[in-house]
Amino acid sequence: MAQVPVEEGVFTWPSDEPRLIGSQCTECDNVMFPTQSGCPKCSSSSTEQIELARKGTLWTWTIQGYPPKSPPYAGNDDPKTFEPFGVGYVELPGQCKVETRLTENDPEKLSIDMEMELTLVPLYTNDDGDEVMTFAFAPTT
Amino acid sequence: MSTDDVAIVGIGMHQFGRSDLSGMDQGVVAVRAALADAGVEWSDMQFAFGGSAAAGKADTMVSKLGLTGLQFINVSNGCATGGSALFSAYNSIKSGMFDLGIAIGFDKHERGAFRVDNSTWYGKSGMALTTQFFGMKINRYMQQYDISTEALDRVSEKAFRNGSKNPMAWRKKPMSLAEIQESRMLSYPLRQYHFCSPAEGGVAIIMCRADKAKQYTDTPIYLKAAAVRSRRFGSFEVMAPHLAPEHGDGPTIDASKAGFEMAGMGPEDMDLAQLQDTESGAEIMHMAENGFCEHGEQERMLAHGETEIGGRFPVNTDGGCLANGEPVGASGLRQVYENVLQLQGRAGERQVPNNPKTAYTHVYGAPGISGVTILAR
Ligand SMILES: [Zn+2]
Repeated sequence: MAQVPVEEGVFTWPSDEPRLIGSQCTECDNVMFPTQSGCPKCSSSSTEQIELARKGTLWTWTIQGYPPKSPPYAGNDDPKTFEPFGVGYVELPGQCKVETRLTENDPEKLSIDMEMELTLVPLYTNDDGDEVMTFAFAPTT
Repeated sequence: MSTDDVAIVGIGMHQFGRSDLSGMDQGVVAVRAALADAGVEWSDMQFAFGGSAAAGKADTMVSKLGLTGLQFINVSNGCATGGSALFSAYNSIKSGMFDLGIAIGFDKHERGAFRVDNSTWYGKSGMALTTQFFGMKINRYMQQYDISTEALDRVSEKAFRNGSKNPMAWRKKPMSLAEIQESRMLSYPLRQYHFCSPAEGGVAIIMCRADKAKQYTDTPIYLKAAAVRSRRFGSFEVMAPHLAPEHGDGPTIDASKAGFEMAGMGPEDMDLAQLQDTESGAEIMHMAENGFCEHGEQERMLAHGETEIGGRFPVNTDGGCLANGEPVGASGLRQVYENVLQLQGRAGERQVPNNPKTAYTHVYGAPGISGVTILAR
């Protein structure tokens, strides 16, 4: 089965070691995700594309316990088979905190400040039979 | 009272919850109730500011209320729609432009959590949910300031108890701590009964120049401040795919400071407050962000019942969003409606004792906006 990204330009693709694609302000070095053309810190209109760090620490988290409404959610929204998933912000050192799915959905196994690493996870299968991939962070230990 | 003050002279509401009426018609019901409360006619209104998030353009309600040619401006500002209508009405009078006018908010939402309008990777991937933001914000806050899950449960218990004393509330059944603690986990650490639901309803507030207030009522309530603020760089807000590495104050802290400055008062001068309680953790965090306690102090305050109707500083006396639900366009004005009742001594079974003189409201919503009002009699 072929794999395709949920959207072009969000993370490097294809890649064995994926990275999120963000923007950095050319005036004040502020880092943003996803890419954007203006800087909310210094109001500059000049940003350039950068690849973000693959590793960071968990800043906060929750567990999505019920199926998000579909649309827009593209994953499994069947209440009978829905699997809760983790969502959090991972702080990438010296860059920014990115909101992300987490591969872990057990509250006992998640804690603020734990080390995390970027990975890609299957979200759904599209009409062409391709596996659509999105990004998530996974605990490194 | 100074001559340039603004007074509230009439309030009206359509009950929150579920109704067969359209959202717009619930707004019309609220307007008619407010007109009756002030003893005035629709034709006396010199201006109106009104809005809803999901129930149509407010200005079209003139076809039912009367085509009087008044200046009617639609306001659309998410959860701060009502607050923004009020702020605009306040300034229209304070500036001397008009003497008498009305702020209107109403709404009607589909059942279940708010649907997000985001078809990019963000919504597709299962993010962009307001419930996740609240779960993540309180989860970090609880760890930082040592707040227990029992504190969350107590906020909900209080809300449903207060709602049971409010004939206009949606949820009027008190709920035990155990029922709350056993409800379904929606967004850790928040359970079903920690969250409010989208709902329906309408509220209208009639305002006039303070020196003319006694024409309409013996008990005018003065609007001492109305402030709305958006987010600043570094704050942690709902629907944010990324956050800055540094921390900045959120819009609630900014709106609160602006409101107190405008009123020439401080948190210690307030007798009661209605604070945005989209979920019970929000009430806890907003107690501190609005300046009513230190971070972490809420645990003790809740355990001792200090924010109960008979407590030292009553919070969400009408049951808040938790017991009333959240019709986005009307929610902020519902808080003002409740404070007017409290200050006029008309709150019935849920009346705050000892004749409160001052009251505070605070709304918060996407994408990081807060609105504050300060009322005094
Ligand atoms: Zn910049």
